Amino acid sequence: MRIPRSPLASRAASAGRSIAAVLPWLGLALLTGCNESTMSTFEGHSDLTKSILDIYGTITWIDTALFILVQGVLIVAVIKFRATGKETELPEQVHGNLPMEIGWTIAPVLILMMIAIPTVSLIFDSQAQAKDGALIVNATGKQWWFQFGFPQYNFETANELHIPLGRQVDIRLQSDNVIHAFWAPQIAAKRDMIPGRVNHITFTADKIGEYLGQCAEYCQDSHALMKFRIEVESSEDFEKWAKAQATPQADTVDDSEGYKAFQGATCVACHAIDGTNAQGHIGPSLTHVGSRKRFAASVLEMNEANLKLWLKDPSAVKPGCKMPNLKLTDEQINTIVPFLQSLK
Amino acid sequence: MATPAHAEPADHPAESSAAYGEMSFGKWILSWIMTSDHKRIGILYGLSALCFFVMGGIEALIIRTQLAQPGQHIVDAATYNALFTMHGTTMIFLGVMPFSAAFFNYMVPLQIGARDVIFPRLNAFSYWLFLCGGIVLNLPFLITPFVDMRVIPDGGWFGYATLTEKAYTPGASIDFWICGLQILGIASMAAGFNFIVTIFNLRAPGMTMLRMPVFTWMTLVVQFLVVLAFPCITIALVLLLFDRLFGTHFYMPEGGGDPLLWQHLFWLFGHPEVYILILPAMGIVSEVLPTFSRKPLFGAPFVIFSGITIGLLGFGVWSHHMFTTGLGAAADASFSVSTMLIAIPTGVKIFNWLATIWGGQLRLTTAMLFSLGFVCMFTMGGLSGIMHASPPVDLQQQDSYFVVAHFHYVLFGGAVFGLLSGIYYWFPKMSGKFLSESWGRWIFGVLFVGFNTTFFPMHIVGAAGMPRRIYTYDAGLGWEIPNMIETVGAFIIAFGVLLFIIDLVRSIRRKELVASANPWDASSLEWLCDSPPKVHNFDITPMVYSERPVWDKNHGPGPGYSLPDSHEHIHIPPPSIWPLLLALSVAWFLASWLMAGQWFEFGVCSAITAAICGFTSCFRWFLEPGH
Repeated sequence: MRIPRSPLASRAASAGRSIAAVLPWLGLALLTGCNESTMSTFEGHSDLTKSILDIYGTITWIDTALFILVQGVLIVAVIKFRATGKETELPEQVHGNLPMEIGWTIAPVLILMMIAIPTVSLIFDSQAQAKDGALIVNATGKQWWFQFGFPQYNFETANELHIPLGRQVDIRLQSDNVIHAFWAPQIAAKRDMIPGRVNHITFTADKIGEYLGQCAEYCQDSHALMKFRIEVESSEDFEKWAKAQATPQADTVDDSEGYKAFQGATCVACHAIDGTNAQGHIGPSLTHVGSRKRFAASVLEMNEANLKLWLKDPSAVKPGCKMPNLKLTDEQINTIVPFLQSLK
Repeated sequence: MATPAHAEPADHPAESSAAYGEMSFGKWILSWIMTSDHKRIGILYGLSALCFFVMGGIEALIIRTQLAQPGQHIVDAATYNALFTMHGTTMIFLGVMPFSAAFFNYMVPLQIGARDVIFPRLNAFSYWLFLCGGIVLNLPFLITPFVDMRVIPDGGWFGYATLTEKAYTPGASIDFWICGLQILGIASMAAGFNFIVTIFNLRAPGMTMLRMPVFTWMTLVVQFLVVLAFPCITIALVLLLFDRLFGTHFYMPEGGGDPLLWQHLFWLFGHPEVYILILPAMGIVSEVLPTFSRKPLFGAPFVIFSGITIGLLGFGVWSHHMFTTGLGAAADASFSVSTMLIAIPTGVKIFNWLATIWGGQLRLTTAMLFSLGFVCMFTMGGLSGIMHASPPVDLQQQDSYFVVAHFHYVLFGGAVFGLLSGIYYWFPKMSGKFLSESWGRWIFGVLFVGFNTTFFPMHIVGAAGMPRRIYTYDAGLGWEIPNMIETVGAFIIAFGVLLFIIDLVRSIRRKELVASANPWDASSLEWLCDSPPKVHNFDITPMVYSERPVWDKNHGPGPGYSLPDSHEHIHIPPPSIWPLLLALSVAWFLASWLMAGQWFEFGVCSAITAAICGFTSCFRWFLEPGH
């Protein structure tokens, strides 16, 4: 179903207002230096996160007003009615007041309507089916990394998600083990990855940049180290990237020293490299792994030193890591590391 | 024992406070073990809860130390995960719940003018079973050095399947957790029925339902929540145990199960549980604010009715814990609206409390300060709760530190402050002595500052994108400063708790009894008894004429209560050992299933032996004369 201009998009237009609306919080955040954070929920760079900020702002103002009201009355009462110890009479024994009770039952109803109405409409808007032509991404939570499959482009990568600017994205969240949650605060907000189910996040990114994401559902040992990044790039850059990722590695890879060492160290049992006979599907695909900026669920920067550190003992970097310590010799590591880096 | 009216119960040496001095230490211990006196059971609940509260607090301090700076390694990931699991489980089931139970036990019979709860031995059984459950949950800390598998519960207090399944958590950690919670569940259910029947049947003549003190009302609502909510988690845990022991697939999609079934069952228990934790504190605040304002509770029927409404609505909002699980737009919208509805009765309560102190003569005792602190902090927790009642906003806040801030404002700033208020309010009644008011003010100050220093920055760091339950984090995301402040705050809280414990011990050790029967000039029936109350509470069961009997007697206009000149029998339940033995058998029976997980035949034999002991205890209990 095609909607010419979704209410979501029109609401996104008023996002400037919403950012002003969370100013009280933002002020606090600035005090503590949160402004550097690219995990911050105070900034939205997609239609979805901007419309969330809208409601966030409304509630923040209402909450602030109620907070001042209640604490104000409390403080005034404590100052004004503090016993002096010289009272000779009891205070008036007021048992209640029906009109007041009715008043403060109805007033919250009206206030809550101000929150409930935009909330319910955004729930339905944001969970509407993706449009035709949306980019489909199959995101699968693993212990402890993210697998990203692009069925329309026929390739698979890990922990690094490139998406085009201005094109709707339909992320299909799954898991084949425990429950994880996909949380990229500025772009995609959050949904759970639940075994046996497929959840959707649909959104359109509106600013080029690199955004952080992290698993938000406790999933045991390395839950804290289960991260990913989203690269929002122009359509041309995205198409170029996708095309490169979908191309198998060159035929010559098979014959290289590095590949033989890779095979000899039994890496092939778990990892796949398209264009070779390494077709393991337990660990992340290593096709074009050299082109990724980071590895190990986005915990380590992709460079020689870090790759060596990782291959020496994966569990030392990520506790409980499913990749065993293969007790590789320095010689093996020195051959495999440049090989992995060469898989551009 | 049936004795003529007004007889001193000196023929109950094991139960009489006058006789403690002459008793040998062994007999004194035995008198506590065999007690069926609601007041002593209340004290046992309180002391056990305090011990567990300190343990949970130490766990929290280790957690905060680990998170003080990015990339620290005070504890490893697995230990950290066990610590936050045990912190949550301990504070909820072994800290706040039994602390509330201490007041239910001690105060409810006094407030309704009864001599004890209706089933005193069942009451003792509940306590001993609770203690067994607490020990089973914490036992793994002792045995972990001697075994080479994970034994400390580490699935989170919410224990989400499929993580808690054998395939993902093989050791015995989840088995200990299941076993401990099942034992605690039975204890809570037994106590729940006991108090419902007590409140319905043992009220003094003339005390109609609407003349009942608000604390007793909130107790009643809580007990209904307990008996209706605990079966949900019991079933959830049985299914999980079957998955783990017998290879069923209730929560495993591979076998046609569904991990979301766990979440529905768990939160159908878990959300009412939140009100099980907070309503007793609301009840205490509704007693303390009027007493120290020297006014009646404003709109008492509305406060009571709000409490009932909160309890009822509490069963219709569980899926707001599941807004990120993809239940669909219709479910999200309806649970969002039902959640917002709860804000209405909660608001009514807050406004009524404000109206109660407005126009009063406020005596700012420590009890009053904690109650005012409750109103202040609970309001904060309520307002941040409105934020994530909106599912789109929840998509940013769920499982972030923002939520951690929210529920600590409700459960620490709310429940724990309320309970501390209750301790300061009722301590003179329970002991005949006062806690130091000058220390009390400092303790309140330190805790109030420490609490806000710890938990306010969590709003900020959560909104800056810090997820919960992470044992480490990177620098450069703006999380360092708030985390450091939080850790400092946690130690300020610890200092406050230390001061409180020192003052508590100091005050208990004082010899002379100085508190009069009604030191605060309060209104309900417990202030009619001596401080501390006699074993049989009331020499004569009072006849009640108003909702503020003691106040009205002292200040008018009505008579409040009268003491009819009747020759009633004073019935005091005799001490009994069988509640303890039955509790041990039940705990042993359930713990046998733990062993069955590792060593099946041994576990089954052990379970059969435990069952035989349990049935024997039941029979002996049944045959024991109750008079």
